[in-house]
Amino acid sequence: MRYGKYRFIASFLAIPLLLYVVFVVSPYLQAVYISLTDWRGFSPNRNFIGLANYAELLGDGRFWRSMWHNAQLLVVVPIVTLGIALFLATMTTVAGRRGSAARGGVRGSRFYQVVFFFPHVVPLVIGGVLFGFFYNPEAGLLNGLLRLVGFDWLTRAWLGDTTFALPSVMAVLIWIYVGFYYVVFSAAMKSLPTDVFEAAVLDGAGGIRTFVSITLPMITDAIKTSYIYLGILMLDCFALLQVMLPDGGPDGSTEVVAQYLYRAAFTDGRFGYASAIGVALCLVTLLLAVVVLRSGRRDRVEF
Amino acid sequence: MSIETPAPTAAPPRRQARPSDLGSDGPSAGARTLNGVSHGLLVVWAVLVTVPLLWAVLTAFKSDREIFTSPWSLPTEWHFDNFVRAWTTANIGRYFINSTIVVCVAVVLVMLLGAMVAYVLARYEFPGRNAIYYTFVAGMTFPIFLALVPLFFVVQNVGMLGTYHGLILVYTAYALPFTVFFLTSFFRTLPGALVEAAMLDGCSHAGAFFRIMLPLARPGMISVGILNFLGLWNQFLLPLVLMPDDERYVLSQGLAVLAANQGYRSDWSALFAGLVIALLPVLAVYVAFQRRIQDGLAVGAVK
Repeated sequence: MRYGKYRFIASFLAIPLLLYVVFVVSPYLQAVYISLTDWRGFSPNRNFIGLANYAELLGDGRFWRSMWHNAQLLVVVPIVTLGIALFLATMTTVAGRRGSAARGGVRGSRFYQVVFFFPHVVPLVIGGVLFGFFYNPEAGLLNGLLRLVGFDWLTRAWLGDTTFALPSVMAVLIWIYVGFYYVVFSAAMKSLPTDVFEAAVLDGAGGIRTFVSITLPMITDAIKTSYIYLGILMLDCFALLQVMLPDGGPDGSTEVVAQYLYRAAFTDGRFGYASAIGVALCLVTLLLAVVVLRSGRRDRVEF
Repeated sequence: MSIETPAPTAAPPRRQARPSDLGSDGPSAGARTLNGVSHGLLVVWAVLVTVPLLWAVLTAFKSDREIFTSPWSLPTEWHFDNFVRAWTTANIGRYFINSTIVVCVAVVLVMLLGAMVAYVLARYEFPGRNAIYYTFVAGMTFPIFLALVPLFFVVQNVGMLGTYHGLILVYTAYALPFTVFFLTSFFRTLPGALVEAAMLDGCSHAGAFFRIMLPLARPGMISVGILNFLGLWNQFLLPLVLMPDDERYVLSQGLAVLAANQGYRSDWSALFAGLVIALLPVLAVYVAFQRRIQDGLAVGAVK
């Protein structure tokens, strides 16, 4: 044991740990306690009321409606996003067959890699403002395009329509996130051993067959991790929705739990109740992770 | 995994029937059509990704009237004054500077503190090491929403609500989990022999870190630093709650307010110019470090 080791460790950990405990750990712990109180507004009174907030939450129609919107996002967005990402990644990393290598992307893969990822670095707020205008009934690019090709009957106020508002937002989320998962899947596919692909080609397997029998089973773990990661993001969605549809959409048709929580806390001043919403949201997140990780568990492919 | 049945599409006899294909892989006509369609889809996605962004840039140069009358045309006259108006009248300049101050200081701070924690966790044995590591990693999984209400009061109680340093410290604290997680595994891969040699020569623990390990860790530090920069530049929720003073709004906040106010003031051209200004640093960082960002993300997400 060298002299001064513990003093050194302590001196390196002290400040970061202090910062982390004060601004991250303590708020999370306090949130659980606050959710058990009736704290309202900025008054100092807060009484312990046990699980009353949670009981109220069970009968709160607005909470369940926003949860339903999150649930829709949770199912639709990851499936479409991961599907598109898988397809694009397969095309640019393993679909091209250059001679005996049996792997490698189609022509122009490098270019696609740069372009596809770009939406992911665009800040969400910028994406929100941009697409809010994209869907604008008079000046938006979408209706403009529809008029240009003579599909005038299809034009509508996309974000002002209770049926189309949420799907319109989903399209933006997919646009933003495909690039990230494209990169993740490309990396996973590049790390697969080449000999399996060579064997497949020798056995005469076509592109689709190779994908279903080889690529897909070998990157299942990456897909599951991605689903959880994207799922957690879909339980949030605050920034984009708050910018595109700040009032919760037409007739509240796009309000998500995060927006409801934000309003309960900082508009209505119901801190106890808002914290209960936060804890509920957190439990759903953990539940999602457990369900996805345990689903379809089978022998891992070793390579 | 079995791949014994050969797919009929690419059977050898057909290949021999076309001499032009000899020497290459020679896909069948069906496979070739499929390949053509797939390649077409890559192009379609690339167009879908780029068009909205190019449209934003072009729109930033149009007059308000033009934005509303012809969304698909090029600007007839290039209005550079939109950018001047956005920078000064719409306050984008001030927000830009606020963002730059907060994000740059926070990134430097989180890189320094994160590297210190990660180094100690990766290379020293001490009681409580695993507990500290998992406390940090847990910070990546819980939604920020849960902490929101208490965090507001913590920041208020230490008198940092609406200040630069308050936001900087909170940004730093919330960026620590990812930074520590990533850098810990990175420091584990570096050779320890160099440090031992330096310490035999009389170097202190801290000296070994700053003079040897930190320079060695540069590639990892740069990757994490870029990701932190993009993530914090993108941040919307934390400033929304912790920065109520509109003099010190960060860019995402300022743009959201500007977009929400357009209904009354309708200076759309300045708004679009503001979007482009806000996008420039992100674009610059992305173009400069494109490959590094993608590698860093892939490692962080899959492992």
